[in-house]
Amino acid sequence: MLSPRSLLIRGMLVGLAAGVLAFVFAYLVGEGPIDAAIAFEEAHSEAAVGEPELVSRTVQSTLGLLTATLIYGVALGGIFSMVFAAAYGRLGRLGPRATAALVALAGFVTVALVPWLKYPANPPATGSADSIGRRTSLYFLMLVIALASLALAIYIGRSQVTRFGLWNAAILGAGAFVAVIAVAQVLLPSIEEIPDGFSPLVLWNFRLASLGTQVVVWAALGLGLGAVVERGLRRESVLSAH
Amino acid sequence: MSSISSSATPRPAVQPVAIPWRQLQPWLLFGAVLAIALLYFVGTEQGVFHLIGGSSVHEFVHDGRHLLGFPCH
Repeated sequence: MLSPRSLLIRGMLVGLAAGVLAFVFAYLVGEGPIDAAIAFEEAHSEAAVGEPELVSRTVQSTLGLLTATLIYGVALGGIFSMVFAAAYGRLGRLGPRATAALVALAGFVTVALVPWLKYPANPPATGSADSIGRRTSLYFLMLVIALASLALAIYIGRSQVTRFGLWNAAILGAGAFVAVIAVAQVLLPSIEEIPDGFSPLVLWNFRLASLGTQVVVWAALGLGLGAVVERGLRRESVLSAH
Repeated sequence: MSSISSSATPRPAVQPVAIPWRQLQPWLLFGAVLAIALLYFVGTEQGVFHLIGGSSVHEFVHDGRHLLGFPCH
């Protein structure tokens, strides 16, 4: 049987690897738009020019970015492995690889895709400093609504399995998730702060790079933890068979 | 024990065994607290709230914060 302790350790290690992959992707795809946004910022504000740089751009785009993606990967890997630990053996006959992939897909949609659809990531120079409190609150509110919708979807799915069968119950749960998210995203206020003259292409490329980084993280977590746990269980069953 | 060939590996075709909730609870709590603390420092420290003065943490993880989708200045 799996132990929560070994799952947490494996999850954090897989998260570390996911953080490395996220860094590679973000560095190659995301740094271009960030540099373009900073060039726009410097061309359009007098205040930013005189400010001394606390951390150089080179450090921000390499060591700083790597530190951020590694910590993010380890943290997400740890919590992901705990959700996996709770889901494993409770999703019908799904084995470790399918369970991890499904949990990662649900995690990506809930904590990355849904908040991104309403409050997508913004490059430097596109947010007003005065609204950071409001933007942060709205972003986390969207995240909490997404998590609550996932809980609702799981509850509906589980309670309807005996009545409609697994496939149709899953569709009902997913449908409820989509409906609640759609209503919430229509009702929540939008944030429109992109300054005039900011390149729409830079904005689009930055937001795609941000979503792509999340795809890399979640794919690495789901496929990585599934593979590691599968291998561990197989080795265990070999040892116990002899 | 050392001469097991990989082709002879039995496939685990058994029903997956769930970890009992009682055993899982403290680890879930620990994992969640750890993750939230780490994510806070990467994502929002020195944004709306700050535990450490100045903006060195914010500036250091600046690019990651933008690209990971956290609201940032």
